[in-house]
Amino acid sequence: MVFHLDKCIGCHTCSIACKNIWTDRKGAEYMWWNNVETKPGTGYPTKWEDQKIYKGGWEKKGNSVDLIGAGKTKGMSRIFHNPNLPVMNNYYEPWTYKYSYLFDAPEGDDQPVARTISLVTGEPIDVKAGPNWDDDLGGSIDYARQDVNMETLTEAEKQAMFQLERMVMFYLPRICNHCLNPSCVASCPSGAIYKRGEDGIVLINQKRCRAWRMCITACPYKKSYYNWNTGKSEKCILCFPRVETGQAPACMHTCVGRIRYLGVMLYDADRIKEIASCDTGDLIERQLEIYLDPFDPVIIAAAKKNGIADSTIDAAQKSPVYKFVKKWGIALPLHPEFRTLPNLFYVPPLLPTMASTSGGLYDSTTDSLWGKAEDTRLPLRYLASLFTAGDTEKIKEVLRKLQAVRLHRRAVTVGDLDKKETEEAMKRSNLDSEMADAIFRLTSLAKFEQRFVIPDAHREEAIEMIENTGDVKGDAGFGFLSKPNRGL
Amino acid sequence: MSDFFFIGLPYGSIVIMVIGTIYRYRSSQFGYSSLSSQFLESNNLYKGIRPFHWGIIFLFFGHLVAFLFPRSVLIWNGDILRLLIIEITAFGFGLLTLWGLIILIIRRVQTKRIHAVTSRMDVVVYIILLVQVITGLFSAYLYRWGTSWFASVMSPYLKSLFIFSPDTAALQAMPLWVQIHVVSAFTMLALIPFTRFVHILVYPLLYFFRSYQRVVWNWDKNKIRNSSKMNVGKPPENN
Repeated sequence: MVFHLDKCIGCHTCSIACKNIWTDRKGAEYMWWNNVETKPGTGYPTKWEDQKIYKGGWEKKGNSVDLIGAGKTKGMSRIFHNPNLPVMNNYYEPWTYKYSYLFDAPEGDDQPVARTISLVTGEPIDVKAGPNWDDDLGGSIDYARQDVNMETLTEAEKQAMFQLERMVMFYLPRICNHCLNPSCVASCPSGAIYKRGEDGIVLINQKRCRAWRMCITACPYKKSYYNWNTGKSEKCILCFPRVETGQAPACMHTCVGRIRYLGVMLYDADRIKEIASCDTGDLIERQLEIYLDPFDPVIIAAAKKNGIADSTIDAAQKSPVYKFVKKWGIALPLHPEFRTLPNLFYVPPLLPTMASTSGGLYDSTTDSLWGKAEDTRLPLRYLASLFTAGDTEKIKEVLRKLQAVRLHRRAVTVGDLDKKETEEAMKRSNLDSEMADAIFRLTSLAKFEQRFVIPDAHREEAIEMIENTGDVKGDAGFGFLSKPNRGL
Repeated sequence: MSDFFFIGLPYGSIVIMVIGTIYRYRSSQFGYSSLSSQFLESNNLYKGIRPFHWGIIFLFFGHLVAFLFPRSVLIWNGDILRLLIIEITAFGFGLLTLWGLIILIIRRVQTKRIHAVTSRMDVVVYIILLVQVITGLFSAYLYRWGTSWFASVMSPYLKSLFIFSPDTAALQAMPLWVQIHVVSAFTMLALIPFTRFVHILVYPLLYFFRSYQRVVWNWDKNKIRNSSKMNVGKPPENN
């Protein structure tokens, strides 16, 4: 998966598509398997990135990794009460409105209003928080300034970020990362959570979940949610019924900005543990090593030997994700320091460099079309805290590459740029015009079939070999046949 | 009457427990959950649930040891100091359980959000637990020394149940507090399949023995292709 942050307009269409399909149920009202956050901001649940509070993810211990706040000793000793569990107040209390009062209200001097009613208790509540409560509040004291990623910035940088003229924000859409080294799977005492071998989707078996609630703590991205009504944890399922039939997940399909890309990545699962345990600085480089070249004949032969279908290998070769992540190297994982090896990559936003006012005069910081990557409106250290575990060089490299593509396209289409400057920028980022054009095309002009290259799972054929489908014909599907009622 | 309570009820309870849990596991496994309400209210839960669980787990294993090794318990109790230590510890854990249970009950009554997830069976659970803990504490306080007479009276009785030649004579001579304690214990056993008590049966012991990561292949293409049989492999467990 790749999300291109320069293209996200923060419209929340993805969130709504997901909500309408999957989480529009009692107990799941507060769940946003897909949410869009404003950065800088505190996110959802509030301050989820702060592992001092929530103790999610892995930590390096010698040559290995261990769960920070869960696992066989830490988790099981806190099984009765888990002190690091985010509770409803860290999200929000879901509510509706008492519309009937608009009709039933007795005659009076004032217009009747529909009061907010809690969806948990059914009583009137004062709404204190909700989904996207910090939406677009780029410089706010309560949200933007509480952002955990600000901790790495100097006081001057922080002040500069909140000057009215330099105020800055961008959107960060988030879904489950379907990690290679998922901490939710590792933390689940009942073994209900598993990663599917076929497509790498991480799922929670609802029949085996026993509400020990460890996954919610263990997931550093807080993408596992507890259904307070059924007493089961739930999470993003990457719309697997759609993916299995070659369709894009709902959030990706509906994306208005067309920021999302989904494709096959072949990887070497035997190296996951070794790579998750490497030094923080090497995490991104080493994670990229794990994804294999789908054009390499050796890899193709090995994949076939492992039973991977030709259609899947073909999809891996056409994968837009492979291009963004491996070939072009312009997509980065979110918070690699959590060591879950997330499978969702972000193209960081290339916000324009910004002028400042000094002495009442508007002072442009650059005399060329684009300023230097170092002068971006968002301090490099902020972006580095999000995407590269603090490595500013890495983020600078990606931003320069993105800039070079733009300069190249400006030179091609308008032609008003100094040729030498453009060539230098391209050379510095190891880009030739062919590659720059390819990046441009997949970023800006890509059609549906280029953004989503999903091979058919042919599950219907496989399942016929295992089960007699005639036995369950006419029932409500092949899986869950009874209502998901809460236990006694 | 005593035959019903001390012979019929135990056997009936065990049968209901075994058949009920198996039936419920097979028919609606979705309902097997600890039904944690920590998400809705966390602070008071912390104060109640930890003392309650640690207390009741200690007491459960204490009863189990006295049942399995009555002779060793009697020998241990031969020394007055050791007897006092074990009695005071057990009584302390009993008080801990009661304390936790009371906090949990108050929490459930007071917190509005918790009302939304309180079922009728939860009320039954609280009542039976209260009866069990209070009768236990009174028995221990009024008729000392419980650890010794448990080993010499209750263990033979339970053993007689297990070998299908029930002998209730000794139990009938026991005070009413003890008899209520026994009856409510077997009632609790029968309630397991109908309440949240089922979570005890699905304690994740296997977690300690498995590796952290879990990968499931639902339709292993290699296995299917290379098979000569029509029905190959196991049906997928995660459907």
